[in-house]
Amino acid sequence: MNPTPTLAPEQHRLLWAVRDIRTITTRNLLNLVRIPVQVVFSLIQPVMFVILFRYVLGGAIPVPHYVNYLIPGVLVQTTIFGSVGTAIGLAEDLQRGLIERFRALPMARMAMLAGRTVSDLLRNVIVVITISLVGLLVGFRPSGTFINYLEACLLMLLFAYALSWGFAFIGLAAPNSEAAQAMTFPLIFPLTFASSAFVPVATMPGWLKPFAQNQPVTQVVDAVRGLMLGLPHGQSTWITLAWATGAVIVLAPFAVRKYRRVT
Amino acid sequence: MSDVAVEVDNLTRSFKKGDVQALRGVSLDVPRGQVFGLLGPNGSGKTTMVRILSTILAPSTGTARVEGFDVVTHPQEVRRRIGLAGQFATVDENLTGLENLRMIGSLNHLDKAFVATRSSQLLSEFNLLDAASRSVKTYSGGMRRRLDLAAALLAHPPVLFLDEPTTGLDPQSRQDLWSIIERLVEQGTTVLLTTQYLEEADRLAQQLVVLDHGTIIAQGTSSQLKERLGATVLSFTFSSVDEATRGLDVIRSVGSKSPAHEGTVVDLPVEGGPASAADALRLLDNAGLRPVGMTLREPSLDDVFVSLTGHRTEDGASAPETGRTR
Repeated sequence: MNPTPTLAPEQHRLLWAVRDIRTITTRNLLNLVRIPVQVVFSLIQPVMFVILFRYVLGGAIPVPHYVNYLIPGVLVQTTIFGSVGTAIGLAEDLQRGLIERFRALPMARMAMLAGRTVSDLLRNVIVVITISLVGLLVGFRPSGTFINYLEACLLMLLFAYALSWGFAFIGLAAPNSEAAQAMTFPLIFPLTFASSAFVPVATMPGWLKPFAQNQPVTQVVDAVRGLMLGLPHGQSTWITLAWATGAVIVLAPFAVRKYRRVT
Repeated sequence: MSDVAVEVDNLTRSFKKGDVQALRGVSLDVPRGQVFGLLGPNGSGKTTMVRILSTILAPSTGTARVEGFDVVTHPQEVRRRIGLAGQFATVDENLTGLENLRMIGSLNHLDKAFVATRSSQLLSEFNLLDAASRSVKTYSGGMRRRLDLAAALLAHPPVLFLDEPTTGLDPQSRQDLWSIIERLVEQGTTVLLTTQYLEEADRLAQQLVVLDHGTIIAQGTSSQLKERLGATVLSFTFSSVDEATRGLDVIRSVGSKSPAHEGTVVDLPVEGGPASAADALRLLDNAGLRPVGMTLREPSLDDVFVSLTGHRTEDGASAPETGRTR
Protein backbone atom coordinates (compact mmCIF):
# COMPACT_ATOMS: atom_id res chain seq x y z
CA MET A 1 0.00 0.00 0.00
CA ASN A 2 2.90 2.32 0.65
CA PRO A 3 5.05 3.06 -2.37
CA THR A 4 8.67 2.08 -1.93
CA PRO A 5 11.03 5.02 -2.03
CA THR A 6 12.83 5.36 -5.32
CA LEU A 7 16.13 7.12 -5.40
CA ALA A 8 16.78 9.59 -8.14
CA PRO A 9 19.14 8.08 -10.75
CA GLU A 10 22.14 10.38 -10.21
CA GLN A 11 24.49 8.77 -7.70
CA HIS A 12 27.86 10.35 -8.32
CA ARG A 13 29.12 12.20 -5.26
CA LEU A 14 29.65 15.46 -7.07
CA LEU A 15 26.21 15.41 -8.70
CA TRP A 16 24.75 14.48 -5.34
CA ALA A 17 26.31 17.59 -3.79
CA VAL A 18 25.23 19.78 -6.71
CA ARG A 19 21.63 18.66 -6.27
CA ASP A 20 21.77 19.46 -2.55
CA ILE A 21 23.27 22.89 -3.19
CA ARG A 22 20.50 23.56 -5.70
CA THR A 23 17.84 22.46 -3.21
CA ILE A 24 19.20 24.70 -0.45
CA THR A 25 19.63 27.63 -2.84
CA THR A 26 16.04 27.25 -4.03
CA ARG A 27 14.84 27.10 -0.45
CA ASN A 28 16.75 30.27 0.47
CA LEU A 29 15.44 32.11 -2.59
CA LEU A 30 11.88 31.03 -1.77
CA ASN A 31 12.42 32.49 1.70
CA LEU A 32 13.57 35.72 0.09
CA VAL A 33 10.52 35.86 -2.18
CA ARG A 34 8.18 35.15 0.75
CA ILE A 35 9.54 38.11 2.71
CA PRO A 36 9.92 40.73 0.00
CA VAL A 37 10.23 43.36 2.71
CA GLN A 38 13.71 42.04 3.44
CA VAL A 39 14.80 42.58 -0.15
CA VAL A 40 13.28 46.06 -0.20
CA PHE A 41 15.06 46.97 3.03
CA SER A 42 18.38 45.68 1.77
CA LEU A 43 17.93 48.00 -1.21
CA ILE A 44 16.84 51.05 0.77
CA GLN A 45 20.20 51.42 2.51
CA PRO A 46 22.34 51.64 -0.64
CA VAL A 47 19.82 53.97 -2.26
CA MET A 48 20.10 56.21 0.80
CA PHE A 49 23.90 56.11 0.45
CA VAL A 50 23.59 57.15 -3.19
CA ILE A 51 21.33 60.06 -2.28
CA LEU A 52 23.42 61.03 0.76
CA PHE A 53 26.71 61.17 -1.08
CA ARG A 54 25.33 62.43 -4.37
CA TYR A 55 23.25 65.32 -3.02
CA VAL A 56 24.23 65.97 0.61
CA LEU A 57 27.95 65.31 1.02
CA GLY A 58 29.05 65.12 -2.59
CA GLY A 59 29.28 68.87 -3.10
CA ALA A 60 31.97 69.08 -0.43
CA ILE A 61 34.07 66.29 -1.92
CA PRO A 62 36.60 67.78 -4.34
CA VAL A 63 36.25 65.24 -7.12
CA PRO A 64 35.05 66.38 -10.53
CA HIS A 65 31.90 64.55 -11.74
CA TYR A 66 31.64 63.00 -8.28
CA VAL A 67 28.62 60.90 -9.23
CA ASN A 68 30.79 58.89 -11.62
CA TYR A 69 33.30 58.37 -8.83
CA LEU A 70 30.59 57.50 -6.31
CA ILE A 71 28.42 54.84 -7.96
CA PRO A 72 31.19 52.22 -8.45
CA GLY A 73 32.10 52.75 -4.77
CA VAL A 74 28.51 52.34 -3.59
CA LEU A 75 28.15 49.21 -5.74
CA VAL A 76 31.21 47.59 -4.16
CA GLN A 77 30.14 48.62 -0.66
CA THR A 78 26.63 47.30 -1.20
CA THR A 79 27.73 43.91 -2.48
CA ILE A 80 30.04 43.55 0.53
CA PHE A 81 27.17 44.47 2.87
CA GLY A 82 25.09 41.93 0.95
CA SER A 83 27.55 39.15 1.69
CA VAL A 84 26.92 39.77 5.41
CA GLY A 85 23.57 38.12 4.68
CA THR A 86 25.42 34.80 4.73
CA ALA A 87 26.25 35.27 8.40
CA ILE A 88 22.70 36.33 9.27
CA GLY A 89 21.04 33.56 7.28
CA LEU A 90 23.19 30.78 8.70
CA ALA A 91 22.82 32.08 12.24
CA GLU A 92 19.04 32.08 11.76
CA ASP A 93 18.97 28.53 10.41
CA LEU A 94 21.13 27.43 13.30
CA GLN A 95 18.88 29.19 15.79
CA ARG A 96 15.75 27.65 14.31
CA GLY A 97 17.25 24.17 14.56
CA LEU A 98 17.14 23.64 10.81
CA ILE A 99 20.85 22.96 10.51
CA GLU A 100 20.66 20.36 13.26
CA ARG A 101 17.74 18.73 11.52
CA PHE A 102 19.50 18.71 8.15
CA ARG A 103 22.48 16.91 9.68
CA ALA A 104 20.30 13.84 10.07
CA LEU A 105 19.59 13.83 6.33
CA PRO A 106 21.75 12.02 3.76
CA MET A 107 22.69 15.31 2.09
CA ALA A 108 26.16 16.58 1.21
CA ARG A 109 27.71 18.19 4.28
CA MET A 110 28.79 21.42 2.63
CA ALA A 111 25.54 22.02 0.73
CA MET A 112 24.10 24.11 3.54
CA LEU A 113 27.04 26.54 3.29
CA ALA A 114 27.42 26.47 -0.48
CA GLY A 115 23.66 26.87 -0.98
CA ARG A 116 23.64 29.87 1.32
CA THR A 117 26.58 31.59 -0.34
CA VAL A 118 25.10 30.95 -3.80
CA SER A 119 21.67 32.36 -2.87
CA ASP A 120 23.35 35.41 -1.34
CA LEU A 121 25.33 35.84 -4.55
CA LEU A 122 22.10 35.77 -6.56
CA ARG A 123 20.57 38.33 -4.25
CA ASN A 124 23.64 40.51 -4.81
CA VAL A 125 23.03 40.30 -8.56
CA ILE A 126 19.60 41.89 -8.01
CA VAL A 127 21.23 44.55 -5.85
CA VAL A 128 23.87 45.36 -8.50
CA ILE A 129 21.22 45.73 -11.22
CA THR A 130 19.03 47.94 -9.02
CA ILE A 131 21.82 50.24 -7.86
CA SER A 132 23.14 50.51 -11.41
CA LEU A 133 19.72 51.73 -12.53
CA VAL A 134 19.46 54.12 -9.59
CA GLY A 135 22.92 55.38 -10.50
CA LEU A 136 21.87 56.10 -14.08
CA LEU A 137 18.87 57.97 -12.70
CA VAL A 138 21.00 60.30 -10.57
CA GLY A 139 23.39 61.08 -13.40
CA PHE A 140 25.95 58.25 -13.40
CA ARG A 141 27.42 58.02 -16.90
CA PRO A 142 29.83 55.06 -17.23
CA SER A 143 32.09 55.75 -20.18
CA GLY A 144 33.60 52.28 -20.45
CA THR A 145 32.19 49.63 -22.76
CA PHE A 146 29.19 47.49 -21.78
CA ILE A 147 31.45 44.45 -21.65
CA ASN A 148 33.75 46.30 -19.26
CA TYR A 149 30.74 47.17 -17.12
CA LEU A 150 29.77 43.48 -16.95
CA GLU A 151 33.36 42.55 -16.09
CA ALA A 152 33.29 45.09 -13.27
CA CYS A 153 30.02 43.61 -11.95
CA LEU A 154 31.39 40.07 -12.08
CA LEU A 155 34.54 41.18 -10.30
CA MET A 156 32.73 42.73 -7.33
CA LEU A 157 30.24 39.85 -7.14
CA LEU A 158 33.15 37.42 -7.05
CA PHE A 159 34.84 39.39 -4.28
CA ALA A 160 31.62 39.55 -2.25
CA TYR A 161 31.10 35.83 -2.79
CA ALA A 162 34.57 35.13 -1.42
CA LEU A 163 33.81 37.21 1.67
CA SER A 164 30.58 35.22 2.12
CA TRP A 165 32.67 32.26 3.23
CA GLY A 166 34.21 34.32 5.99
CA PHE A 167 30.80 35.55 7.04
CA ALA A 168 29.58 31.95 6.98
CA PHE A 169 32.13 31.22 9.70
CA ILE A 170 30.91 34.20 11.73
CA GLY A 171 27.28 33.15 11.30
CA LEU A 172 28.07 29.68 12.62
CA ALA A 173 30.10 31.05 15.53
CA ALA A 174 27.53 33.66 16.59
CA PRO A 175 24.96 32.89 19.28
CA ASN A 176 22.13 34.39 17.20
CA SER A 177 21.48 36.35 14.03
CA GLU A 178 21.55 39.76 15.73
CA ALA A 179 24.95 38.99 17.22
CA ALA A 180 26.12 37.70 13.84
CA GLN A 181 25.24 41.00 12.25
CA ALA A 182 26.89 42.95 15.06
CA MET A 183 30.06 40.85 14.76
CA THR A 184 30.44 41.65 11.06
CA PHE A 185 30.11 45.39 11.60
CA PRO A 186 33.61 46.14 12.96
CA LEU A 187 35.01 44.24 9.99
CA ILE A 188 33.10 45.70 7.10
CA PHE A 189 32.88 49.27 8.37
CA PRO A 190 36.61 50.10 8.21
CA LEU A 191 37.05 47.98 5.09
CA THR A 192 34.41 49.83 3.10
CA PHE A 193 34.86 53.36 4.44
CA ALA A 194 38.64 53.46 4.82
CA SER A 195 38.87 52.68 1.13
CA SER A 196 38.62 54.54 -2.13
CA ALA A 197 34.87 53.81 -2.27
CA PHE A 198 33.68 57.32 -1.36
CA VAL A 199 36.73 59.60 -1.29
CA PRO A 200 40.20 59.40 -2.81
CA VAL A 201 42.71 57.76 -0.49
CA ALA A 202 45.05 60.73 -1.11
CA THR A 203 42.75 62.95 1.00
CA MET A 204 43.09 60.71 4.08
CA PRO A 205 45.55 61.38 6.94
CA GLY A 206 49.04 59.91 6.68
CA TRP A 207 48.53 57.17 9.27
CA LEU A 208 45.45 55.83 7.47
CA LYS A 209 46.80 55.97 3.93
CA PRO A 210 48.95 52.81 3.97
CA PHE A 211 46.00 50.73 5.18
CA ALA A 212 43.47 52.39 2.88
CA GLN A 213 45.70 52.09 -0.15
CA ASN A 214 46.61 48.45 0.29
CA GLN A 215 43.52 46.85 1.74
CA PRO A 216 41.51 44.69 -0.69
CA VAL A 217 38.35 46.83 -0.95
CA THR A 218 40.33 49.72 -2.42
CA GLN A 219 41.70 47.35 -5.04
CA VAL A 220 38.19 46.15 -5.89
CA VAL A 221 36.85 49.69 -6.07
CA ASP A 222 39.75 50.86 -8.23
CA ALA A 223 39.28 47.94 -10.62
CA VAL A 224 35.49 48.36 -10.79
CA ARG A 225 35.72 52.13 -11.21
CA GLY A 226 38.44 51.81 -13.83
CA LEU A 227 36.45 49.30 -15.85
CA MET A 228 33.18 51.21 -15.61
CA LEU A 229 34.67 54.59 -16.44
CA GLY A 230 37.16 53.31 -19.00
CA LEU A 231 40.11 54.60 -16.93
CA PRO A 232 43.48 52.97 -16.43
CA HIS A 233 43.42 50.93 -13.23
CA GLY A 234 46.82 49.30 -13.09
CA GLN A 235 46.99 45.81 -11.67
CA SER A 236 43.89 46.20 -9.50
CA THR A 237 41.83 43.66 -11.46
CA TRP A 238 44.47 40.99 -10.94
CA ILE A 239 44.99 41.96 -7.33
CA THR A 240 41.23 41.69 -6.77
CA LEU A 241 41.14 38.26 -8.36
CA ALA A 242 44.04 37.20 -6.17
CA TRP A 243 42.32 38.50 -3.01
CA ALA A 244 39.07 36.75 -3.91
CA THR A 245 40.74 33.44 -4.70
CA GLY A 246 42.88 33.63 -1.60
CA ALA A 247 39.88 34.47 0.57
CA VAL A 248 37.93 31.43 -0.65
CA ILE A 249 40.93 29.13 -0.21
CA VAL A 250 41.55 30.36 3.32
CA LEU A 251 38.01 31.06 4.57
CA ALA A 252 35.98 28.18 3.10
CA PRO A 253 37.85 25.44 5.02
CA PHE A 254 37.34 27.41 8.25
CA ALA A 255 33.62 27.67 7.58
CA VAL A 256 33.31 24.00 6.65
CA ARG A 257 35.24 22.97 9.74
CA LYS A 258 33.04 25.14 11.92
CA TYR A 259 29.95 23.66 10.30
CA ARG A 260 31.11 20.14 11.12
CA ARG A 261 31.63 21.02 14.74
CA VAL A 262 28.75 23.31 15.46
CA THR A 263 25.58 21.80 16.88
CA MET B 1 18.85 -9.71 9.51
CA SER B 2 18.66 -9.50 13.25
CA ASP B 3 15.46 -8.52 14.99
CA VAL B 4 17.14 -5.57 16.65
CA ALA B 5 16.77 -2.21 14.91
CA VAL B 6 18.93 -0.11 17.22
CA GLU B 7 21.81 -1.43 19.32
CA VAL B 8 23.44 0.83 21.85
CA ASP B 9 26.49 -0.37 23.72
CA ASN B 10 27.95 1.46 26.69
CA LEU B 11 27.40 4.88 25.19
CA THR B 12 28.81 7.96 26.90
CA ARG B 13 28.81 11.59 25.95
CA SER B 14 30.25 14.50 27.83
CA PHE B 15 30.13 18.16 26.95
CA LYS B 16 33.09 20.39 27.57
CA LYS B 17 30.90 23.25 28.62
CA GLY B 18 30.44 22.93 32.36
CA ASP B 19 31.88 19.42 32.38
CA VAL B 20 28.46 17.90 31.88
CA GLN B 21 28.17 14.16 31.45
CA ALA B 22 24.98 13.77 29.48
CA LEU B 23 25.27 10.00 29.06
CA ARG B 24 27.21 7.73 31.40
CA GLY B 25 27.37 4.29 29.83
CA VAL B 26 23.95 3.48 28.41
CA SER B 27 23.28 0.13 26.71
CA LEU B 28 20.00 -0.90 25.16
CA ASP B 29 18.49 -2.89 22.29
CA VAL B 30 15.46 -1.63 20.44
CA PRO B 31 13.50 -4.55 18.93
CA ARG B 32 12.31 -4.15 15.36
CA GLY B 33 8.72 -3.10 14.77
CA GLN B 34 7.99 -1.76 18.25
CA VAL B 35 7.70 1.52 20.05
CA PHE B 36 10.55 1.76 22.50
CA GLY B 37 10.19 4.46 25.11
CA LEU B 38 12.97 6.56 26.60
CA LEU B 39 11.46 8.11 29.68
CA GLY B 40 13.14 10.76 31.75
CA PRO B 41 13.04 14.34 32.96
CA ASN B 42 14.85 17.27 31.37
CA GLY B 43 18.59 16.77 31.41
CA SER B 44 18.37 13.02 31.79
CA GLY B 45 20.14 12.42 28.47
CA LYS B 46 17.16 11.49 26.28
CA THR B 47 17.78 14.11 23.64
CA THR B 48 21.53 13.48 23.64
CA MET B 49 20.76 9.83 22.95
CA VAL B 50 18.50 10.68 20.00
CA ARG B 51 21.05 13.14 18.60
CA ILE B 52 23.76 10.50 18.70
CA LEU B 53 21.53 7.86 17.11
CA SER B 54 20.53 10.26 14.34
CA THR B 55 24.22 11.09 13.62
CA ILE B 56 23.90 14.72 14.66
CA LEU B 57 26.28 14.29 17.57
CA ALA B 58 29.23 11.94 17.99
CA PRO B 59 29.41 9.83 21.14
CA SER B 60 32.40 10.27 23.47
CA THR B 61 32.82 6.52 23.90
CA GLY B 62 30.79 3.42 23.17
CA THR B 63 29.05 2.34 19.99
CA ALA B 64 25.61 2.65 18.47
CA ARG B 65 24.23 0.89 15.43
CA VAL B 66 21.05 1.61 13.54
CA GLU B 67 19.82 -1.17 11.26
CA GLY B 68 23.29 -2.67 11.57
CA PHE B 69 25.18 0.50 10.58
CA ASP B 70 27.51 2.22 13.00
CA VAL B 71 26.51 5.86 13.55
CA VAL B 72 30.13 7.03 13.60
CA THR B 73 31.68 5.02 10.79
CA HIS B 74 28.67 4.83 8.43
CA PRO B 75 26.59 7.94 9.12
CA GLN B 76 25.27 8.28 5.55
CA GLU B 77 23.92 4.70 5.64
CA VAL B 78 22.24 5.47 8.94
CA ARG B 79 20.75 8.71 7.61
CA ARG B 80 19.15 6.84 4.74
CA ARG B 81 17.30 4.61 7.18
CA ILE B 82 16.05 7.02 9.80
CA GLY B 83 13.45 9.70 10.24
CA LEU B 84 13.70 12.34 12.95
CA ALA B 85 10.94 14.49 14.33
CA GLY B 86 10.87 16.38 17.53
CA GLN B 87 9.61 18.89 19.94
CA PHE B 88 10.75 21.86 17.92
CA ALA B 89 9.12 20.92 14.62
CA THR B 90 12.01 22.22 12.56
CA VAL B 91 10.16 23.00 9.39
CA ASP B 92 10.80 26.13 7.34
CA GLU B 93 7.99 28.45 8.27
CA ASN B 94 8.31 30.67 5.23
CA LEU B 95 7.65 27.75 2.91
CA THR B 96 4.35 25.99 2.39
CA GLY B 97 3.73 22.52 3.76
CA LEU B 98 4.17 21.00 0.34
CA GLU B 99 7.35 22.97 -0.36
CA ASN B 100 8.80 21.72 2.90
CA LEU B 101 8.11 18.12 1.94
CA ARG B 102 9.57 18.68 -1.53
CA MET B 103 12.71 20.13 -0.02
CA ILE B 104 13.15 17.19 2.37
CA GLY B 105 12.41 14.78 -0.49
CA SER B 106 15.06 16.41 -2.59
CA LEU B 107 17.61 16.36 0.24
CA ASN B 108 16.83 12.66 0.67
CA HIS B 109 17.55 12.28 -3.05
CA LEU B 110 14.20 10.75 -3.74
CA ASP B 111 12.66 10.60 -7.14
CA LYS B 112 10.40 13.62 -7.84
CA ALA B 113 7.39 11.53 -8.84
CA PHE B 114 7.75 9.44 -5.69
CA VAL B 115 7.93 12.58 -3.52
CA ALA B 116 4.78 13.95 -5.16
CA THR B 117 2.80 10.76 -4.51
CA ARG B 118 4.15 10.23 -1.03
CA SER B 119 3.61 13.89 -0.05
CA SER B 120 -0.05 13.91 -0.98
CA GLN B 121 -0.50 10.56 0.75
CA LEU B 122 1.10 11.82 3.99
CA LEU B 123 -0.63 15.19 3.85
CA SER B 124 -4.04 13.60 3.53
CA GLU B 125 -3.21 10.95 6.18
CA PHE B 126 -2.15 13.69 8.59
CA ASN B 127 -5.10 15.90 7.74
CA LEU B 128 -2.98 18.65 6.21
CA LEU B 129 -4.20 18.51 2.63
CA ASP B 130 -6.18 21.75 2.89
CA ALA B 131 -3.19 23.57 4.36
CA ALA B 132 -0.66 22.07 1.93
CA SER B 133 -0.17 25.22 -0.11
CA ARG B 134 -0.31 27.60 2.83
CA SER B 135 2.78 29.04 4.47
CA VAL B 136 3.75 27.05 7.58
CA LYS B 137 3.72 30.33 9.49
CA THR B 138 -0.07 30.06 9.54
CA TYR B 139 -0.03 26.53 11.02
CA SER B 140 -1.00 25.67 14.59
CA GLY B 141 1.46 23.87 16.85
CA GLY B 142 -0.22 20.54 16.21
CA MET B 143 -0.15 21.07 12.45
CA ARG B 144 3.57 21.89 12.56
CA ARG B 145 4.30 18.70 14.47
CA ARG B 146 2.29 16.67 11.97
CA LEU B 147 4.14 18.28 9.07
CA ASP B 148 7.45 17.66 10.84
CA LEU B 149 6.48 14.02 11.23
CA ALA B 150 5.37 13.82 7.60
CA ALA B 151 8.80 15.16 6.57
CA ALA B 152 10.49 12.56 8.75
CA LEU B 153 8.41 9.80 7.14
CA LEU B 154 8.79 10.94 3.55
CA ALA B 155 11.59 8.54 2.65
CA HIS B 156 9.73 5.74 4.36
CA PRO B 157 12.47 5.08 6.92
CA PRO B 158 12.39 1.77 8.80
CA VAL B 159 13.46 3.53 12.00
CA LEU B 160 11.85 6.65 13.37
CA PHE B 161 13.18 8.81 16.23
CA LEU B 162 10.60 10.94 17.98
CA ASP B 163 12.03 13.37 20.50
CA GLU B 164 9.23 14.45 22.81
CA PRO B 165 6.74 14.53 19.96
CA THR B 166 3.80 15.77 22.01
CA THR B 167 5.44 18.11 24.54
CA GLY B 168 3.51 21.36 24.56
CA LEU B 169 0.62 20.08 22.45
CA ASP B 170 -3.06 20.35 23.35
CA PRO B 171 -4.83 17.09 24.29
CA GLN B 172 -6.54 16.66 20.92
CA SER B 173 -3.33 17.13 18.91
CA ARG B 174 -1.64 14.72 21.29
CA GLN B 175 -4.31 12.09 20.65
CA ASP B 176 -3.97 12.64 16.90
CA LEU B 177 -0.21 12.12 17.02
CA TRP B 178 -0.59 9.03 19.16
CA SER B 179 -2.95 7.44 16.62
CA ILE B 180 -0.52 8.26 13.82
CA ILE B 181 2.36 6.65 15.71
CA GLU B 182 0.28 3.56 16.42
CA ARG B 183 -0.59 3.20 12.75
CA LEU B 184 3.08 3.50 11.80
CA VAL B 185 4.09 0.70 14.10
CA GLU B 186 1.31 -1.49 12.73
CA GLN B 187 2.92 -0.97 9.33
CA GLY B 188 6.26 -2.22 10.66
CA THR B 189 8.17 0.95 11.57
CA THR B 190 10.46 0.83 14.58
CA VAL B 191 9.95 3.88 16.78
CA LEU B 192 12.27 5.19 19.46
CA LEU B 193 10.28 7.69 21.46
CA THR B 194 11.49 10.02 24.18
CA THR B 195 8.98 11.49 26.53
CA GLN B 196 8.59 12.94 29.97
CA TYR B 197 5.03 11.67 30.24
CA LEU B 198 4.45 8.26 31.75
CA GLU B 199 0.98 8.30 30.21
CA GLU B 200 2.46 8.62 26.74
CA ALA B 201 5.04 5.88 27.26
CA ASP B 202 2.28 3.75 28.75
CA ARG B 203 -0.01 4.22 25.78
CA LEU B 204 2.56 3.74 23.04
CA ALA B 205 5.65 1.88 24.18
CA GLN B 206 5.93 -1.88 24.49
CA GLN B 207 9.22 -1.51 26.33
CA LEU B 208 10.81 1.40 28.03
CA VAL B 209 13.83 2.53 29.94
CA VAL B 210 13.90 5.26 32.53
CA LEU B 211 16.90 7.60 32.30
CA ASP B 212 18.20 9.76 35.10
CA HIS B 213 21.39 11.81 34.89
CA GLY B 214 22.58 9.84 31.90
CA THR B 215 22.09 6.34 33.28
CA ILE B 216 19.33 3.78 32.99
CA ILE B 217 17.67 3.44 36.37
CA ALA B 218 14.88 1.09 35.35
CA GLN B 219 13.69 -0.85 32.35
CA GLY B 220 10.85 -3.15 31.41
CA THR B 221 7.33 -2.91 30.14
CA SER B 222 5.27 -0.01 31.37
CA SER B 223 3.06 -2.35 33.41
CA GLN B 224 6.17 -3.75 35.10
CA LEU B 225 7.23 -0.22 35.98
CA LYS B 226 3.83 0.69 37.27
CA GLU B 227 3.67 -2.45 39.38
CA ARG B 228 6.71 -1.20 41.16
CA LEU B 229 4.86 1.95 41.88
CA GLY B 230 1.29 1.11 42.81
CA ALA B 231 -1.83 1.78 40.83
CA THR B 232 -2.60 5.30 42.00
CA VAL B 233 -1.13 8.08 44.09
CA LEU B 234 -2.98 9.45 47.06
CA SER B 235 -1.86 12.95 47.79
CA PHE B 236 -2.63 14.96 50.95
CA THR B 237 -1.90 18.57 51.66
CA PHE B 238 -1.64 19.67 55.29
CA SER B 239 -1.73 23.10 56.84
CA SER B 240 1.84 22.85 58.14
CA VAL B 241 5.02 20.91 57.50
CA ASP B 242 4.83 19.56 61.03
CA GLU B 243 1.34 18.17 60.49
CA ALA B 244 2.46 16.67 57.16
CA THR B 245 5.29 14.83 58.93
CA ARG B 246 2.93 13.46 61.55
CA GLY B 247 0.32 12.61 58.91
CA LEU B 248 2.87 10.67 56.94
CA ASP B 249 3.59 8.38 59.87
CA VAL B 250 -0.12 7.81 60.46
CA ILE B 251 -1.01 6.78 56.89
CA ARG B 252 2.20 4.99 55.96
CA SER B 253 0.58 1.58 56.52
CA VAL B 254 -2.08 2.25 53.85
CA GLY B 255 0.52 2.75 51.11
CA SER B 256 1.93 0.05 48.87
CA LYS B 257 5.30 1.72 48.33
CA SER B 258 7.44 4.22 50.13
CA PRO B 259 5.73 7.60 50.37
CA ALA B 260 7.18 10.94 49.34
CA HIS B 261 7.05 14.01 51.50
CA GLU B 262 7.81 17.52 50.40
CA GLY B 263 6.80 20.56 52.39
CA THR B 264 3.14 20.28 53.35
CA VAL B 265 2.42 17.64 50.68
CA VAL B 266 2.50 13.87 51.21
CA ASP B 267 2.29 11.52 48.21
CA LEU B 268 1.45 7.90 48.94
CA PRO B 269 1.32 5.19 46.24
CA VAL B 270 -1.72 2.98 46.98
CA GLU B 271 -3.30 -0.14 45.50
CA GLY B 272 -6.88 0.23 46.71
CA GLY B 273 -7.91 3.53 45.12
CA PRO B 274 -10.91 5.17 46.89
CA ALA B 275 -10.91 2.43 49.54
CA SER B 276 -7.33 3.31 50.46
CA ALA B 277 -8.32 6.97 50.56
CA ALA B 278 -11.13 6.17 53.01
CA ASP B 279 -8.71 4.15 55.18
CA ALA B 280 -6.20 6.96 55.21
CA LEU B 281 -8.83 9.56 56.08
CA ARG B 282 -10.09 7.42 58.96
CA LEU B 283 -6.57 7.05 60.34
CA LEU B 284 -5.92 10.77 60.04
CA ASP B 285 -9.22 11.60 61.71
CA ASN B 286 -8.44 9.22 64.60
CA ALA B 287 -5.08 10.96 65.05
CA GLY B 288 -6.84 14.33 65.10
CA LEU B 289 -5.19 15.49 61.86
CA ARG B 290 -7.22 17.40 59.30
CA PRO B 291 -5.66 17.64 55.82
CA VAL B 292 -6.60 20.74 53.82
CA GLY B 293 -6.53 18.96 50.46
CA MET B 294 -6.69 15.49 48.98
CA THR B 295 -6.37 14.07 45.45
CA LEU B 296 -6.27 10.57 44.03
CA ARG B 297 -4.39 10.51 40.74
CA GLU B 298 -2.59 8.39 38.17
CA PRO B 299 1.13 8.09 38.91
CA SER B 300 3.21 10.64 37.03
CA LEU B 301 6.80 10.40 35.91
CA ASP B 302 7.64 12.38 39.00
CA ASP B 303 6.15 9.65 41.18
CA VAL B 304 8.05 6.97 39.30
CA PHE B 305 11.17 8.96 39.92
CA VAL B 306 10.63 9.36 43.60
CA SER B 307 10.04 5.66 43.95
CA LEU B 308 13.05 4.72 41.83
CA THR B 309 15.60 7.27 42.94
CA GLY B 310 14.28 8.65 46.18
CA HIS B 311 14.55 12.17 44.75
CA ARG B 312 12.25 14.28 42.66
CA THR B 313 12.91 15.21 39.06
CA GLU B 314 14.77 18.46 39.18
CA ASP B 315 12.12 20.69 37.76
CA GLY B 316 8.99 18.60 38.02
CA ALA B 317 7.86 16.24 35.31
CA SER B 318 5.14 18.43 33.91
CA ALA B 319 7.25 21.52 33.33
CA PRO B 320 7.80 22.02 29.61
CA GLU B 321 11.38 21.97 28.45
CA THR B 322 12.57 25.52 27.98
CA GLY B 323 15.16 26.75 25.56
CA ARG B 324 16.89 24.56 23.06
CA THR B 325 20.34 23.14 23.33
CA ARG B 326 22.85 24.63 21.01
